[in-house]
This record gives sequence, structure tokens and C-alpha cells, in this order.
Amino acid sequence: MISISNVSKVFRSKGKEVRAVDGVNLDIQQGEVFGIIGYSGAGKSTLLRMLNGLEQPTEGSVNIAGTSISTSKGVQLRKARHDIGMIFQHFHLLWSRTVAENIAFPLEIAGVSKAKRAAKVKELIDLVGLTGRESAYPSQLSGGQKQRVGIARALANDPKVLLCDEATSALDPETTDSILQLLSDINERLGLTIVLITHEMHVIQKICHHVAVMEDGKVVESGTVLRVFQHPEQPVTKRFVQQVVQPEEATVTIEHLMSGYTTGKIIRLQFVGETAEQPIVNELIRRFDIRLNILQGKISQLQDGSYGNLFVHLDGSDVTSAVEWLREQHVGVEVIT
Amino acid sequence: MIEAWFPNVDWDKMNEATMETLYMTLMAVAMTFVLGILLGLLLFLTSQGHVWQNKLVNLLVSVVVNVFRSIPFIILIVLLLPFTKFLIDTVRGPNAALPSLIIGSAPFYARLVEIGLREVDKGVLEAAKAMGAKTSTVIWKVLLPESMPALISGITVTAIALVGFTAMAGVIGAGGLGNLAYLEGFQRAQEDVTLMATILILVIVFAIQAVGDVLTRFIDKR
Repeated sequence: MISISNVSKVFRSKGKEVRAVDGVNLDIQQGEVFGIIGYSGAGKSTLLRMLNGLEQPTEGSVNIAGTSISTSKGVQLRKARHDIGMIFQHFHLLWSRTVAENIAFPLEIAGVSKAKRAAKVKELIDLVGLTGRESAYPSQLSGGQKQRVGIARALANDPKVLLCDEATSALDPETTDSILQLLSDINERLGLTIVLITHEMHVIQKICHHVAVMEDGKVVESGTVLRVFQHPEQPVTKRFVQQVVQPEEATVTIEHLMSGYTTGKIIRLQFVGETAEQPIVNELIRRFDIRLNILQGKISQLQDGSYGNLFVHLDGSDVTSAVEWLREQHVGVEVIT
Repeated sequence: MIEAWFPNVDWDKMNEATMETLYMTLMAVAMTFVLGILLGLLLFLTSQGHVWQNKLVNLLVSVVVNVFRSIPFIILIVLLLPFTKFLIDTVRGPNAALPSLIIGSAPFYARLVEIGLREVDKGVLEAAKAMGAKTSTVIWKVLLPESMPALISGITVTAIALVGFTAMAGVIGAGGLGNLAYLEGFQRAQEDVTLMATILILVIVFAIQAVGDVLTRFIDKR
């Protein structure tokens, strides 16, 4: 669907060269939600903007649904953009137009007749849950409602791809979740391919199937979200995964508890997919003569399954064989002390 | 009662002069609005980072605008006399004042337009671009509507300056309240005529400001 091959972008200012994007290769499949995560300055925004030709790559090529975006210009590029919707962190709505008029704007650009526009706008307003707010102006809406208008506007020309530029970064956590839910629904219902960039692992965890991690203009790691959560390889990826899996306060708690135990072992159990839903701990206590104390635990819901982390303290005569048994149950086991 | 306060005022003449001032102002404002927006758009779109980015054109327009904005109006009228004669075939009367009024105020308004256009959210322009909008669509459906409050308050300021310009034009024979105040009031030492002309000019200025304020408030949905 989308293929980014060997793409680099070099910005020149005051004689200095900055490689914002450096030799990126990515393939994004039809109907998938693809997340690109990185800290600010990692080049993810520049990469996203090359997908609809707002920036042209210095090297390499970008293809979307058979159209070469990186070599298109003028009319051809404008036509291609009708198939690529985009939403923004700060919404970028026209304050001079009502909700309905904002959503109608891309239809006007595409030359859709007035009657068809009205019907399409109504359909979109229902889709994003803004019924009754058609004639409100953006200044009268909340942040979440503005982003809903942004989404409806981006979907007006039935695009093949939706680009999300930090679409939830300006929203509070609750609104973020409702917008992510909406994006997820749209992805399932319309089979729309979504590419989003973010600096929050929470967003990746909630709705993405695949993720690419960027650092210094390069994609340092990519794969299914489940795989990346399970085995983050790069330090930057580990930091991102920790954002959601193991909040900082929990780490402090564990360290504190660990110092209190003189015998036994502290073990980190990793549950992935189905194992996260089975009563493994219960089974463990029944089979072995051990005492088990749960220190901290969390289960995160991902797009394709769940992923859990449990820190326990084991003590008793059977600890070694209990650990052996756990390893056989397809549970990630890491003995910490 | 009023007759007692303004014994020397010829009300027919005063009425005619008011109409001439209104005529000159309105015609000049209408033309300045169109010309100023065209020049302002040209200044904005040829500047760094915009669709028609062109240093030479930008510099050229900028210089022309600055030159005409800097010449004192009373001198501009005299300088433009041959041009006016060529265009209107006379240098007297309200119509003859129009070329210099427009040339004097359009560059000033063009700068205000340019400032207004710069205030338009860059993100909105980018969003329009991402939707595949043509430059003409961006101008008509994004740039002008989104900067309309600034364009309206700008033309209000310009219109008020224009009322002052018409009074100056009056001195060299364009007609209007300025002309009347100078000939009948100043030269014949009839202070009441000067006073009445001043009052009427003030009424016109206040009316323009009021209309401008109402329009801006009505349009601005931010």
C-alpha cells in the first residue's frame, strides 16, 4: 500500500546540513494502523509530511497505492492528495467556517456538486458523532470536538490513507482515548490505512498493529506492536515500552521491596497473548511448595492481544523447580535477584 | 437656532460639498480596497516560503509601495497632475482627485493587507495544501476569509485617512468639505463655515469607524 524506500531528507540552513530523515525503509500494508514513535526531533514529522508531498525527499522514493508521491508535481500531486487525508495536532480548522462548512471544504476542492456535498457532510458528521453541532464555529467547540471535525474533514474525499500528525498530543487523556477509539473504529469499519506519529507509547499500545521507532532520523526498530512490547531491542524502544508497562513509581516500589527480602527470589514474569489470560499463578502455588508474594503487576491491552508483566517474590524449598515449570508454560521468566 | 449660530453657512453649498466628500471617499475606498488587496496578496505570496516566492518581484513591489506611501499627499497630488490630466482630462473637481487619492492610499492599505495575511494560521494553509487545494482556492477560500477581520479594520483606518486626504485635495480645487472650509471659511474669515465643515467631517469619520467596528464584530468568529 505504502512503500517508503531509502528515503532521506536533508535541510540546509546557514551552510549547515541537517539530515532530518536518514535512509528510511518502510512497507505499510493496506488496512493496517501503523505507528511511528520517536522523541521530538527524531524526524518522524518530516517523514510523515513526505507521505503527502508537503516535503519532497532529498533521496529515495515514496509510493502510495501505485502513485509515486516523491516525483509528482502540480495537478498530479494535488489529485493524489485527495486520496490522502491528514489530521493535525492543532486541528488547523478554518475559524471562518462552521463545522459543516469545514468538512465540506475538501469536497469543494475536489469539485463535488453542492447536493452531493451536503449528503456527504451529513454522513460524516454522524460518523464522528457531532450531530447537532453542524452550524457551530470551531471557537465554540472543545479540543476533542475540533479533532472530530478534523477527522471528518480528512475523510471527506474517501481517502485510501489517513495521516495523523500527533493527533492526540494536545488533548487530555480521556479525550485522547475517545479519539483513538474513533480512529480504531474507522480503521475497522472502512478498512482505511492509518499512519500516525506520536511520542506517546500509550497511543501505539491502544490502536497500532505495527510500530516503527525513530531516533536521529533513522528507523532503529520496527515490527508488530506485540513483538516490540515483548522484546524491545534498542534502548530507546525499551524506554518507550516502559512508559506504559512499568511506570516509574512502580520501579521505585520494587527496588524498595527487594531490599526487604533476604531469602528467596524476585522474578519478573512476562505474559503475552493467551498466556496472559490463563490462571498460571494459581497453578504454580498448587503444584509447588512455595510462598508467593505479588509485588507489582500490570496487564496492557494491545490491538492483537494482551501483554502483562508481573513481579513476584518466591520463597520455599521448590523455587528452582517452580521457575523451571514456569519456563515451560511459555511465560517470559527473568530472575532479578 | 442653527442659523443664528452659523450665520454665514450656505446650506445648499454645504450639502453639495458633503456629497462631494462622500463621493470621493467612497469611490477611493472601493478602489483602494481592490487595489490594496491585490498588492498585498502579491507582497505576501512572493515573499519567502510562499507559492510565488520571488525575491525580485517582491523587492520591486515593496519599493513601489514604500515610495508612494512615503510621499506627503499634498505633494503627491501636484506630482500626479499630468497623469490626472491625461486620465480624467481635467485637474479640477471630485473625479480629478480620485487618481491621487487611490495612488496615495492603496500602498498604505497594501501593507495592512500583507500584515493581515501574515496573521493567517500557517497550519491552516498547510492543511489546505494537504487537501490538494489550488493557489486560487487558497486565496479565495482560505487567505481572504481567514484574514477578513484584519482586512476590514485595515480599510476602516485607510478610509478615515482618505477623508483627510479629500480635504487636502480640496485645497487645490477638488471640491468637497475641505475645499469649502478653505475658500469660504478661511479665505473669507468666516469661522462658522470652517467649524460646520469640521463638524461634518467628524460625523463622516465617526460613521466610518462605527460601520467598520460593527462589520468586524459580525465577521469575526474566532
